[in-house]
Amino acid sequence: MDAHALEGGFADPARDAAHAFRAIMNAMARPGTLHDITGATPPAPLSPAAGAALLTLCDTDTPLYLAGDADCPAVRDWVAFHTGAPLTGPSHCMFALGRWEALGPLSTYPVGTPDYPDRSATLIVEMDALTDTGARLTGPGIRDAAALSLPGIDAFCANAARFPLGLDFLFTSGAQLAALPRSTHVEAA
Amino acid sequence: MYVAVKGGERAIENAHAWLAEERRGDPAVAELSVAQIREQLSLAVNRVMAEGSLYDPDLAALAIKQARGDLIEAIFLIRAYRTTLPRFGASNPVDTAAMACDRRISATFKDLPGGQVLGPTFDYTHRLLDFKLAADGDVPAAPTRETDAAPVPHVTDFLNREGLIEDAPADDTPPPDLTREPLETPADRALRLQALTRADEGFTLSMAYSTQRGYARNHAFVGELRIGAVPVEMEIPELGFAVEIGEITLTECETVNQFKGSKTEPPQFTRGYGLVFGQTERKAISMALVDRALRWEELGEDFEGAPAQDAEFVLYHADNIQATGFLEHIKLPHYVDFQSELELVRKLRREATAAQVQEAAE
Amino acid sequence: MKDTADPNAGRKAWMSLLAKAPEGRVAALLEAMGPRPAHGWLRAPEIGSTMVRGRAGGTGAPFNLGEMTVTRCALRLEGGAVGHAYIQGRRKADAEAAALVDALMQTDAAAEVQAGVLDVLEAEASARRATRAAKAAATKVDFFTMVRGDD
Repeated sequence: MDAHALEGGFADPARDAAHAFRAIMNAMARPGTLHDITGATPPAPLSPAAGAALLTLCDTDTPLYLAGDADCPAVRDWVAFHTGAPLTGPSHCMFALGRWEALGPLSTYPVGTPDYPDRSATLIVEMDALTDTGARLTGPGIRDAAALSLPGIDAFCANAARFPLGLDFLFTSGAQLAALPRSTHVEAA
Repeated sequence: MYVAVKGGERAIENAHAWLAEERRGDPAVAELSVAQIREQLSLAVNRVMAEGSLYDPDLAALAIKQARGDLIEAIFLIRAYRTTLPRFGASNPVDTAAMACDRRISATFKDLPGGQVLGPTFDYTHRLLDFKLAADGDVPAAPTRETDAAPVPHVTDFLNREGLIEDAPADDTPPPDLTREPLETPADRALRLQALTRADEGFTLSMAYSTQRGYARNHAFVGELRIGAVPVEMEIPELGFAVEIGEITLTECETVNQFKGSKTEPPQFTRGYGLVFGQTERKAISMALVDRALRWEELGEDFEGAPAQDAEFVLYHADNIQATGFLEHIKLPHYVDFQSELELVRKLRREATAAQVQEAAE
Repeated sequence: MKDTADPNAGRKAWMSLLAKAPEGRVAALLEAMGPRPAHGWLRAPEIGSTMVRGRAGGTGAPFNLGEMTVTRCALRLEGGAVGHAYIQGRRKADAEAAALVDALMQTDAAAEVQAGVLDVLEAEASARRATRAAKAAATKVDFFTMVRGDD
């Protein structure tokens, strides 16, 4: 394994992971809000935010799907050393990471079962930019309405319609993160 | 009506302080060290590791000390600690054929390769209290004998060569894990074995005994019982190969049971399997008997309605932490639940009395 | 099955010895060789567990037996050599010593570390194994026939 794969983890794992987890939790609790998430320096093409999310959420019990250019030797080695997450295809993953075009179609991911809606995938979507403009979001965690630069509308509407089943999304760009849980209602602005 | 009450904090704190004092016992008597428990109460330590499902003799000894020797309480402490550990991965399956055996006996073959090695066993002791142990004393060193480096093959291996016993072909399906996904039935054999190896020893023993007494009798012989150390090897992703990360003591029991056969296959012996952390012989034998009883369906036997054949009954009642948690919670405050029962019984009594009065009047 | 052509056989062997060494032993042997080399952490010592698996019937399908405690770490010497450790138990200082030995074995100091640490550990481990095996051998039953009758 290349020596670079062994670098770029959290410098102070317990604290850094706690801070990152809080950012992810707040992003999920308040859909459409942007949060800083730092501490990781993953290999290209991953953003620092996506790297920190992986370090915080993934371990040997969470099968991970790397989509598109995220599935490269440098990322695979980095994920192996720092998280131990087993790599898998979309249909068996708990987490998936990649650009929006590479992650589709969404129908291949597990959406949970009526008994266990939590047995579903969380997709970490790498974005060129992330702003609180664009699609209109309403639902739990949102006072009136929020906005987020989502990569589409229809797919998220269809996902929300399956509630309590469905996928959850994290959007990452640079050192920033936003989230869209399945409970959020999405419509064009 | 619901009344929330608060209180008892000081009583609880004081109860804990007294518990600590009682645990220590008479301060004029020397305190037990964790190392003393680990070395001198090692079979208790082994049971706590097996049922706590965590191999760490020092932690198990500490848990026994903290639990005042209540092994189920100690197992509870270990289970709780276990949940705080990040899991680095899973080992490659241990190779019990390569075990450095302290003990290895067979009840089915007198002369077998590797021989009958008794090991440190209670088996031939007279079960008379040894009052010498009440006084401190040095123990003479155990005798030694030259060893031959001959391998110690599994007994089932050579029965297998003649086709006399069912084969257990290798397979690399990743096993289900009941610590990650809730146990559900029907449970495959891998899941049943995981549940049984961490099951309560007393429960497993009773279930096994019931099969011997005729409830799903399967005529078990101990084909082999072995106790000893095996290395644990794990794939290390950053290295790209597997290394040994330690060595653990295991007890393995293979039973040889009565035949199955069909129109197409001649009769052959069947097998039950027990594998448990530590030197835990009674548990391993019990596990093998219960494993065999639970295999009735795949071996084409009849369901006789025996408890030991009923996977749902066995697996859902085998875990002593689940059992004690549910059992002991009924001693905790249920004031509101009981209040409603009280009101209900009063109402029923009023109605019954009223009905009697009316009947008498008619 | 040991594959003699395995290019990693040497490293597997020393990592296995280091993992099974008694508490404090690797550090003591390392200390005796002089001051420790400077190093930086790639992964600070961390305590966790490994799920130990067995096989049904000893040879069949795998099942989960229970976990064991494990300590791991990874470090890099100033010269660039990377050392890893995965050792049984909750022993951060021992994991650090084991990773240092693993790293040093990839440097010019390899021969010295082999003689000063690994050979000693190997000798001690085989003595422990032999003692236990000899006690077990003393409890091996020698059957002899008392009577063999025909009537």
